[in-house]
Amino acid sequence: MTTIAVDLPRNYANEENTIISWLWTRDHKRIALLFLFSITLFFFIGGAAATLIRLSLASPGGLLQPAIYDRLFTMHGVTMVWFFLIPSIPTTFGNFILPMAIGAHDLAFPRINLLSWYVFNLSGLVLLYAVIMGGVDTGWTFYTPYSTLYSNGYVFAAALAIFINGFSSIMTSLNFVVTTHRLRAPGMTWWRLPLFVWAIYSVSIVMLTATPVLAMDTLLICVERFIGVGIFDPRLGGDPLLWQHMFWFYSHPAVYIMILPAMGVVSEVIACYSRRPIFGYTGMTIAMMSIAVLGFFVWAHHMFVAGISIYSAVVFSLFTFFVAVPSAIKVFNWTVSLHKGSIIFDAPMIYALGFVLLFTIGGLTGLMLATLAIDVDLHATYFVIAHFHYIMVGGTISGFFAALHYWWPKITGRLYPETWARFAAALTFVGFNLTFFPQFILGYLGMPRRSYTYPPQWQSWNLLSSAGASILAVAYALPLFYLGWSLFYGRRAGPNPWGATGLEWTTPSPPPTHNWERTPVVKLGPYSYDPVDGSYTTQDGTKNAF
Amino acid sequence: MEQYHWIPFWPRTAAISGVVVNNLYIAELGLCGLIMAMVVGMMATFCFRYRQGSTASRAGRIEKTWHWEIGWTAATLIAFLVLFVWGASIYIWLFKAPPGDIEIYVTAKQWMWKFEHPGGQREIDTLHVPIDKTIRLVMASEDVIHSFFVPAFRIKHDVVPGTYETIWFKADKLGTYAIECAQYCGVQHATMKGDVVVMTAADYAAWLTAHGAERSLAQQGAALFRQYGCSGCHEPRSTVHAPSLVGLYGSLVHLQDGTTVRADERYVHDKILMPNSQIPAGYPSNVMPSFAGEISEENILKIIAYIQSIGSPRESQ
Repeated sequence: MTTIAVDLPRNYANEENTIISWLWTRDHKRIALLFLFSITLFFFIGGAAATLIRLSLASPGGLLQPAIYDRLFTMHGVTMVWFFLIPSIPTTFGNFILPMAIGAHDLAFPRINLLSWYVFNLSGLVLLYAVIMGGVDTGWTFYTPYSTLYSNGYVFAAALAIFINGFSSIMTSLNFVVTTHRLRAPGMTWWRLPLFVWAIYSVSIVMLTATPVLAMDTLLICVERFIGVGIFDPRLGGDPLLWQHMFWFYSHPAVYIMILPAMGVVSEVIACYSRRPIFGYTGMTIAMMSIAVLGFFVWAHHMFVAGISIYSAVVFSLFTFFVAVPSAIKVFNWTVSLHKGSIIFDAPMIYALGFVLLFTIGGLTGLMLATLAIDVDLHATYFVIAHFHYIMVGGTISGFFAALHYWWPKITGRLYPETWARFAAALTFVGFNLTFFPQFILGYLGMPRRSYTYPPQWQSWNLLSSAGASILAVAYALPLFYLGWSLFYGRRAGPNPWGATGLEWTTPSPPPTHNWERTPVVKLGPYSYDPVDGSYTTQDGTKNAF
Repeated sequence: MEQYHWIPFWPRTAAISGVVVNNLYIAELGLCGLIMAMVVGMMATFCFRYRQGSTASRAGRIEKTWHWEIGWTAATLIAFLVLFVWGASIYIWLFKAPPGDIEIYVTAKQWMWKFEHPGGQREIDTLHVPIDKTIRLVMASEDVIHSFFVPAFRIKHDVVPGTYETIWFKADKLGTYAIECAQYCGVQHATMKGDVVVMTAADYAAWLTAHGAERSLAQQGAALFRQYGCSGCHEPRSTVHAPSLVGLYGSLVHLQDGTTVRADERYVHDKILMPNSQIPAGYPSNVMPSFAGEISEENILKIIAYIQSIGSPRESQ
């Protein structure tokens, strides 16, 4: 940090440099970095659990004891879902970029923004308490009556952690919704919003409406586990399936909470690095909003074999096919956005293209799972594991890394080493496919999830998957080193090193504390790139040569 | 231990449901492969042709996009609807269990599968069935949610405590096929496995005789019916005002609240555990004690077999 303070002009990061100034900051950019620090920590905790799981599964007998294995996959799921994937892009790049992208000086409620970070860390501490005391063995889905009556893990603490975590989600998303409505710069109409802003806006609405249901769910678990009120336990007159309905009513929209922000990032990156406007801007926004809405009507597709009525299963299957349509439209639009562009293969673009391919595989296998008769066979097998990792890891985490590299110069004022970054991006793609593609085959062969042991004839595929996981671990750790290096030795980035059109690129890098001396006036929509002469026009109407 | 391939690609298929699902699977795999090839092909072509510095013409870019959008929305929607109808029709066929040539009671508990044949033969973690017969499984759980999964038959159904779930299959190949628990159910979930042994009709008959129980399931149920004191009130000669159970099974029962319900396994099960709900019209409530916590799921199934044996509506008419 000191080196930056010496080298760079006055900006948000070096204006005040005491620890207190960071812990009490109300600047959205500093809070974004605080979040980045916290979620990176949890990413590596969850990643360590995943590494141990794959290590154990390299041998059919399993290297870990069953009780440890069960705690690890629960830990992996809970950490990755609530402590990395859901907050990942919104709390960091949403926080940092959204106000600048709409021409605001900060979020609408800076103090609530800071409170959100403290609440997030509090929930993280409660989770760590649950882990240190002995862990939880229910799986991240907490299915009843196992979680309420039979599990002897720290279910209460884990549920409490998720309960508290939800309030952080609610506060952050509330902030984004209000900011997008109220703090847009003059001229920044709804149809001029960059797709990243649309993505964060739509995801915030989903978070605001779905997260309270999760709070109810986790409270009910605690009520049954501690007070013995029959809610889910059939022996007390409860219904075990009620939990599944309530849980997936939140957790299916949560899947879209995880993927929509990445879709926004990828739209920015693809437009910038193909040097042409995104294909079908309006279609893209409508698709995102329809995904956000339709995502609420598909939850029971997690329950096709759980004993729900046949006819409701049919309806939920139909809605699941409907929600796949806007996703398909987005894939086609991204692909055609390359047409007659002038494509540059820098690291963010490699991550973004990887995103499109992996998301497409995840989406197509999602179609198979939406098909009722096939889901009966594939439900709760490794096919499902592979499918959602293609969406959440191949999709969301690729999007996260694309964003990290794309906005790194804006955040730090320095360029990352391009060759290393390209290498890491390519390595991620290879390692990812090697890890998760074999799991599709294992799933169809019938390997159930959450099993520490499996028959020896499945070892070849498991071994391949574990080998891929080790490559993936390296690919995810690499940016820590070269990005860390670039903080001190990276070349200085100008305000707009990529020649991008968003408003955030019109302020210096790193930006000053209140982003702009004077509020910018927006003259045109996003993505005014011209692939023929390479020129581009930022949203405040300044035309530049590339 | 039988021979296996080190790099298996396709699971074995040994039931009529397996063949039907395979066809759908292959069709869907083909369609998805086609879409994927299209996306990859377009992406690779564009990335190569329009890389920075290439001389390909950038003139005449598509500016009006809406008809393209409508085009591929319609195309995907139609393809998806075909898949939906195909998948849903098989699902309805799979999940509406037909009466079944043989009905087997399955009790799942941490961490084993218990099977009871109509003749009273019991087995744990292995299920012997004859080939080419419709086998109907009535499944109950003693504790948490389990899931009965036979990959070679492409069937799976959760076994939820507090209710009965039914599933059926018709094996069409002899052999031994794995049963798995697909729902995480505790520390030994991974070892909650078993085998279905598909035998010829003659072998199955021989197996039944060799493992013949002294008493059939219904006879064991009759003993339990007396042991738990059910007979004191429900025997036709009883002086207590309780409904006779002869001819009850499968009939329609008129309830106090004016609705009717079919007296199937689930109804009998619920009446034993929660006697004060679903009171038949003309009978007082708060007479029968609840047996919740006093009788195992396994024994309830035996009593159901007994009640089934003392007459279905067809026989009583």
